[in-house]
Amino acid sequence: MPEFDAFHLARMQFAFTVMVHIIFPALSIGLASYLAVLEGLWLVTKRRVFLDLFQYWLKPFSLAFGMGVVSGLVMAYQFGTNWAVFADKAGPVIGPLMGYEVLTAFFLEAGFLGVMLFGMSKVGPKLHFLATCIVAAGTLVSAFWILSVNSWMQTPAGYSIAADGRMMPEHWLSVIFNPSFFVRFPHMVLACYLAVAFVVGGTGAFQLLRDDRNQASRMMFSMAMWMAAIVAPAQILMGDAHGLNTLLWQPAKIAAMEGHYDSGAGKGLILFGIPNEAQERIDYEIQIPHLSALILTHEWNGMLRGLKEWAPQDRPPVAIVFWSFRIMVGLGSLMALIGLTSLWLRWKRRLYQTRLMLWATLAMGPAGIIAVLAGWVTTEVGRQPYTVYGVLRTAQSLSPIGAPGVAISLLAFVVVYLSVFGAGVLLMLRLMAKAPISGEPGPTPHLPARAAGITPGPAMAAE
Amino acid sequence: MSIDLATQWLPLVWAGLIAFAVLAYVVLDGFDLGVGMLFLLERDDTDRDIMVNTIAPVWDGNETWLVLGGGGLLAVFPLAYATILPALYPTIIAMLLGLIFRGVAFEFRFRALTRRGRRWWDVSFAAGSAIAALSQGLALGGLLQGIKVVDRAYAGGWWDWLTPFTLLCGVALMIGYQLLGATWLVWRTEGALQTRCRAHARRFGIATLALIGVVSLWTPFLDPRFLARWFGWPGIALTSPVPILVLLLAWRGWRGLTRGADVAPFLCALGVFALCFAGLGISMFPLMVPPSITIFDAAAPYESQIFLLVGAAVLVPIILAYTIYAYWVFRGKVTARTHAH
Repeated sequence: MPEFDAFHLARMQFAFTVMVHIIFPALSIGLASYLAVLEGLWLVTKRRVFLDLFQYWLKPFSLAFGMGVVSGLVMAYQFGTNWAVFADKAGPVIGPLMGYEVLTAFFLEAGFLGVMLFGMSKVGPKLHFLATCIVAAGTLVSAFWILSVNSWMQTPAGYSIAADGRMMPEHWLSVIFNPSFFVRFPHMVLACYLAVAFVVGGTGAFQLLRDDRNQASRMMFSMAMWMAAIVAPAQILMGDAHGLNTLLWQPAKIAAMEGHYDSGAGKGLILFGIPNEAQERIDYEIQIPHLSALILTHEWNGMLRGLKEWAPQDRPPVAIVFWSFRIMVGLGSLMALIGLTSLWLRWKRRLYQTRLMLWATLAMGPAGIIAVLAGWVTTEVGRQPYTVYGVLRTAQSLSPIGAPGVAISLLAFVVVYLSVFGAGVLLMLRLMAKAPISGEPGPTPHLPARAAGITPGPAMAAE
Repeated sequence: MSIDLATQWLPLVWAGLIAFAVLAYVVLDGFDLGVGMLFLLERDDTDRDIMVNTIAPVWDGNETWLVLGGGGLLAVFPLAYATILPALYPTIIAMLLGLIFRGVAFEFRFRALTRRGRRWWDVSFAAGSAIAALSQGLALGGLLQGIKVVDRAYAGGWWDWLTPFTLLCGVALMIGYQLLGATWLVWRTEGALQTRCRAHARRFGIATLALIGVVSLWTPFLDPRFLARWFGWPGIALTSPVPILVLLLAWRGWRGLTRGADVAPFLCALGVFALCFAGLGISMFPLMVPPSITIFDAAAPYESQIFLLVGAAVLVPIILAYTIYAYWVFRGKVTARTHAH
């Protein structure tokens, strides 16, 4: 049981608010790129189905984006309210990176989002496509900076420590392109694409189960399955590269992920087991001999360090990391399996009619999002007991605040997030439960007859 | 107080830029929070749709200035960020929660299935806007009246920010934002709604002026340095034009409202806000967190400030350009017949 002091409550508050938050940017990043592709295909091919799908997915996108903005604002201020010492000490390094995120990404997205959502009839299809591309690029630029910040907290580089304990930037390129950035950034972008591939694929499967002749449903399912077939295997390779990087820079995290307490040569891969932190062992473990050594060192009898090499107060919590890692990998493997199966069914020309496959894809709809959450839990809890790895302990990062205030604000966040974002997710699901139609309306359909209509005339005439 | 520009120019430039971001936030989100609060006075569904549609394409950009204010403070004045936020904790949390309700209501109210659902999100929109405005006023007052800092950390209690002065600031900002919202709607709407907004603007205009008067007379007595700045020489040469200009703008805006001008009242309201903000700057300079932390104490190291300044120098003009473009795309009167304009 965690203790309910200000420290643990503040950690719970951060964990809760960031986990709810990350769902929405993950969707925005993936959907923005998908929307740019759809609109581009519409402009090139003039096929109505692409415009219909664009308008169809623009609505959930706008909900996800709005929820990402307001839940992100909370994150931008929480470093100060609850983690003031961290802000004061690490601010000189991470602050400017977040400043660049605002200047290069947030304004860009916000500036062109209005045009993207409501401006088709105002600016015409070409400029509108440009706005969509700018918003999509903005989401990726934003991911670049925030992943750089997070990677720096995992593998700090390019800084010095001043006499008063503040971290001082010395070399900005080393700060930005710190050792784990190169694997973390692509791993996260692929994760967002995969998450959206399964949200879109699950929606398409749901629609095809009801009506397998709807062209738009077929198109979204087909596109999603191409993404699954390509991105899921690519993500497994990327994840492997990430693991090797973590082994190099944060071996204690790898030991917790693997469940290795003892160091040794040729260690096995634990498929299942129950971490027993008191006895420092994994109970009931089922393992494949030598596989862990083979994956991480690429040698049959490679050496791996176990958790016992670190003092107990320097180790991350084992059980959470051990489980979240297995959830992520398990879901990733299932997503790759769906992707590969889709290739086979496509070859057999049964992609839209194989009900077992449609049901499986529908069931896997949230899999990518859950994998994103599990992955972040693995890397963030695995960074403990530090906020800046090896430099600043989490326990020494806290604001001088008392438990009651943190408790009340945590309660308020839980109530508001569950009700507001719960309602938002329900609205998104309701939009996705409706079948896409020909002449799909844009984001604000509730106003009386419009002067211009949302679709520019010449493009429609080409249908 | 002597400032050596050769070595201290960078924190000064950044203080100016952060002040600009905060002012941009206050006037831009100010009018759309004001529109939200005006939901309490404007109850017709079609009118409410029109009101929301005047701000739907731009609110997200408006709110980004708040992220720049917060993120920028962390980047270039981390000590200010790390002391102000714990000191004003409950007001910040309340503001964030208010902004959540208000931000999601834009989309949710259009998508609600039932009338009751729509009513609920309308209430969220208005109440969220009101709570955000009130909390921002409380936070501003809390900063002005001073924050106790010992050893680079906030050293006061949970409720230090709650005083009659901060409550006054909270109410004043709520009223002032509604003036901005009403004049914005005078500009962007027509017909009966516009006529009623002229009346709202007149009422909120008088109330805003009165509250500005009270806050302005109270502020100098919070800190003897503020008093010296406002009424001592040479400060008074800088300070005396401020109230005169406020009155001039108020007169000009009033005339615009009575004579049927569309844009002038909004611009005058913006001007009044900018002048009040300048007045705050005059009181506080060079303090960043009264009573003890100056701009120079709070400044991040040179490397941090210069690194972000290079980006800001290039990017802020570009941001302003495309923000103006985004407003330009959705220019003109919003009516029931325009689709989200």
